[in-house]
Amino acid sequence: MYQFNYERPKTLADAEALLGKADDPKILAGGQTLIPTLKQRLAMPSDVIDIGGIGELDFIRAEGDAVMIGAATRHATVAQSADVKKHNPALAALAGSIGDPAVRHMGTLGGSIANNDPAADYPAACLGLDAKIHTTRRLIEADEFFKGMFETALQDGEIVKEVTFPHPEKAAYMKFPNPASRYAMVGVFVSRGPWGVRVAVTGAGQNGVFRIAEMEEALAKNWSPDAVANIKVPATGLNSDLHGTAEYRAHLVTVMAKRAVAAAG
Amino acid sequence: MSDAASGEGIGQPVRRKEDFRFITGNGHYTDDINRPRQTWAYFLRSPHAHARIKSIDTSAAEAAPGVVAIFTGRHVADDGLGGLICGWTVTSKDGTPMKVGPHPILALDTVRYVGDHVAMVVAETLADARAAAEMIDVDYDALPAAASLSACQNAAAPQVHPEAPRNTCFEWELGNKAETEAAFAKAGRIVKLDLKNNRLIPNAMEPRAALGEFDKGTGIYTLHTTSQNPHVARLVLSAFVGVAPEHKLRVIAPDVGGGFGSKIFIYAEETACVWAAAKVGRPIKWTADRSEAFLSDAHGRDHLSHAELALDKDGKFLALRVKTVANLGAYLSTFSASVPTYLYGTLLSGQYDIPAVYVEVDGVYTHTAPVDAYRGAGRPEATYLVERIVETAARETGIDPAELRRRNYIRTFPHQTPVIMNYDTGDYEASLAAAMEAIDYKGFPARKSEAAKRGKLRGIGFSSYIEACGIAPSAAVGSLGAGVGLWESAEVRVNPTGNVEVLTGSHSHGQGHETTFAQLVASRLGVPLANVEIVHGDTDKVQFGMGTYGSRSGAVGMSAIVKALDKIEAKAKKIAAHLMEAAVEDIVFENGTFTVQGTDKSLAWAELSLAAYTAHGFPSGEIEPGLKEGAFYDPVNFTFPSGCHICEVEIDPDTGVTKIEKFVAVDDFGTVINPMIVEGQVHGGIAQGVGQALLEHGIYDAESGQLITGSYMDYCMPRADDLPSFDLGFTTTICPSNPLGMKGCGEAGAIASPPAIINAVTDALGIRDIEMPATPARVWTALQSATPRAAAE
Ligand SMILES: Cc1cc2nc3c(=O)[nH]c(=O)nc-3n(C[C@H](O)[C@H](O)[C@H](O)COP(=O)(O)OP(=O)(O)OC[C@H]3O[C@@H](n4cnc5c(N)ncnc54)[C@H](O)[C@@H]3O)c2cc1C
Repeated sequence: MYQFNYERPKTLADAEALLGKADDPKILAGGQTLIPTLKQRLAMPSDVIDIGGIGELDFIRAEGDAVMIGAATRHATVAQSADVKKHNPALAALAGSIGDPAVRHMGTLGGSIANNDPAADYPAACLGLDAKIHTTRRLIEADEFFKGMFETALQDGEIVKEVTFPHPEKAAYMKFPNPASRYAMVGVFVSRGPWGVRVAVTGAGQNGVFRIAEMEEALAKNWSPDAVANIKVPATGLNSDLHGTAEYRAHLVTVMAKRAVAAAG
Repeated sequence: MSDAASGEGIGQPVRRKEDFRFITGNGHYTDDINRPRQTWAYFLRSPHAHARIKSIDTSAAEAAPGVVAIFTGRHVADDGLGGLICGWTVTSKDGTPMKVGPHPILALDTVRYVGDHVAMVVAETLADARAAAEMIDVDYDALPAAASLSACQNAAAPQVHPEAPRNTCFEWELGNKAETEAAFAKAGRIVKLDLKNNRLIPNAMEPRAALGEFDKGTGIYTLHTTSQNPHVARLVLSAFVGVAPEHKLRVIAPDVGGGFGSKIFIYAEETACVWAAAKVGRPIKWTADRSEAFLSDAHGRDHLSHAELALDKDGKFLALRVKTVANLGAYLSTFSASVPTYLYGTLLSGQYDIPAVYVEVDGVYTHTAPVDAYRGAGRPEATYLVERIVETAARETGIDPAELRRRNYIRTFPHQTPVIMNYDTGDYEASLAAAMEAIDYKGFPARKSEAAKRGKLRGIGFSSYIEACGIAPSAAVGSLGAGVGLWESAEVRVNPTGNVEVLTGSHSHGQGHETTFAQLVASRLGVPLANVEIVHGDTDKVQFGMGTYGSRSGAVGMSAIVKALDKIEAKAKKIAAHLMEAAVEDIVFENGTFTVQGTDKSLAWAELSLAAYTAHGFPSGEIEPGLKEGAFYDPVNFTFPSGCHICEVEIDPDTGVTKIEKFVAVDDFGTVINPMIVEGQVHGGIAQGVGQALLEHGIYDAESGQLITGSYMDYCMPRADDLPSFDLGFTTTICPSNPLGMKGCGEAGAIASPPAIINAVTDALGIRDIEMPATPARVWTALQSATPRAAAE
């Protein structure tokens, strides 16, 4: 690591003020991505603003037809939340499939989506559930939030406060983990709800999470595994690496989509 | 008390004495040891696989905060320090010795792999050292790299060492070429197979570390380091590198968190730390981080082979011929030349009576990290080749794989193979039969068709393995090119109060010697296990030892203890005879008590121990005071653990995922001292075998020579949920060549399991071969081009 100033504000307002003052600040949440990056000297922030002490960012509330989750809520908390399990079991299961217990007890929802790793799980849930991302400055639709590999709509100094996940009628997430990292090699989130049908894919795309319109249309007509079983996704634009070719990933998208619909019931 | 009654003796599943300190965080690993005025080292490593160093400018870095000193290859050379050595000389077919390029501690003018050592920064803190290292200005002239094993011998390939044209270090052969050719000429059938043995990166839990110190007053250097053989390290650092004379250098390998071979070798980092400690006049600490470990620990395996097996019309093996290209990496590591030759070619007869075997091995240099022994070392490569081609032969001849093996097993012992080894004993059919029973081989077809109904492909695969352990008779290895003898030493010190310290040249870094060795001593002397202390890993305490690798600590290390215990018993009887006024021949020693045969006179162990040190009234000249004996044991043969592993897998054709449904291992290790520890060794070995077969692969970019799998994001270490529950069994034939009848168990799992798994995977898929690791992507890809037998059925 290089040297930096470390701050642990107690309120969002203090955090924003600190972010505004610093030369080249970085927000620290669970640190599961940022700390390894710092240790490998791949980042050199002037200030690290730790939002882990801000109580108002750590909550889960079920209200009306949605679950609101604070940005600093840890994956393990989401996975074990009675509210999430009741209204959105697919989301709880997804959170429980991230990394290992140590990672789940440190890593946060806000950190995951702000980082937007192309193989991360939460982006698939946000896009697949038509989630709303509330920041210190505005509300961003999931469709507008994820901009590409490690890129989001967030501006400098903008903090994710909470994510609103509307309750689905049916939903499931099927993850084919990369054997080494256990991030998603292909993860498919399917849902049906007031927004219609959504099929969101993580892990496969070079530009991160994306939706598959053809599958959504087919499922809108016929919500069954068979409806997507023969829909092939083109391999162009998909990742190809030592863990699998783009063709393999394309194939897995169909397999995981089919299994997700089956699991959603 | 018998061993069973005490619950502590030979054959008892005693809990490991050392685990309490490990699991309560009270172990003392090298990195736990800190010294006053200690400094920290950081190694600047080459970002290039191959480059000429035009210049190194350290001036800015030297002025950086906290920097104590910076050393480059120039300083090392100016100080007259030698390079690292390979302790085994292999001779080529044409009689010439292997072609060895220099292996400097710090690169002089050329770097030869990504991670090669360019400079050492010594600073007040690790952070200071790292920061300063970034300020060193190295002007590289980047050169094309020979990073691909299959292409490195091409005439146009970049050269790693000018000393070795076509990057070929040696062209070795073993066996009888003429007889083999003749057998092939009359063969009824020839089975051919091309195989890759994947490159593995060891990943011991504790990364390598060193703490170098120099005492100005005495001129003595002390090196704490993560070593499997501290005495060998001291010998190499003294006699070859020239850090300090042997009597002025103490090497301590304290608690070591796993080695798997990778900590046998003498590396640049610990050498530089202990050498430079005198230069800076302060202790120097270095601990690798995981990324450095990936780049700079010696890797394992990495072979390309072509094998051909000749059979007669009845399925009897007539001959085996093999051509292998073995990657040695950029430099020869401490024992690297021996691994793809004498630890490999000598095992190619497997468990079979093959009249003729001929193997050629080219050891080649590439611009990659050095490759050396890794759990099994040569023997997994041999077993993989033999058991894959035997299974392939079974499929091509239509003979059941168990039946084909039975027809060819060696059944009379001793058996001289065509490739040096003289097998002493074994019962291969017994372990095959037990394994088939355990896995319910008869029920396999039903399980296969049931799986097919669920859309899954089920396969079964055998591996009848043999390995040579108890490494090794000194005269034998000396005649084959070893620079050392491979005996072991022991010293048994009985204290006046009767408790016992045993000094051994073996080194425990996960094997549980503090328990098994103590079980032997406790059972021989009739003392409680708690009264026995095993001392190892310090060249100041143990006079000399060859260390731990090649499953040798039981068969060789414990045999040395037996010899020392024999001497202790002889002397103790002499003392007892004197004290009880009887003839030595009449003294009986049992369960810790000396009695005079036919009388009620007796003497307890503790009484005798005290008497040995009070020495009151010893007849002068006849009995020396004290009770301490040492012994060196040089084995008369290798030992030959063997057995049969059978694996059953189920493959999901939609995703290519292979799940191991059943794994049976029946092993013959000879005498077992502690079955719980032995089972643990087998579990760990199979886990590593599963890693090799399905998960792990060290990959360099063929063009740039960059290590692609440089972290756990891409290098897939086995996790608990990748593994099935193992079903273990044992059959026993007692090893005739050592006093305890032990054969060794540390490597068997890693040696035997990969071919069993790949035989099962190829059986499920109905294909001839799949490269290891058989990842889901590879399995799926294979399914796209194959017409699976199972699916077609
Ligand atoms: C071993 C391991 C395995 C993992 N496996 C998985 C997996 O299977 N699936 C998966 O999805 N992820 C996985 N992860 C990643 C994990 O989920 C991380 O927790 C996550 O990517 C980042 O969350 P964090 O809270 O740790 O963020 P940090 O590391 O603290 O921060 C990450 C980035 O987000 C920014 N940031 C953090 N919070 C906010 C906020 N509220 N507003 C704006 N910006 C913010 C930071 O500035 C930083 O740039 C794994 C991580 C590890 C170490």
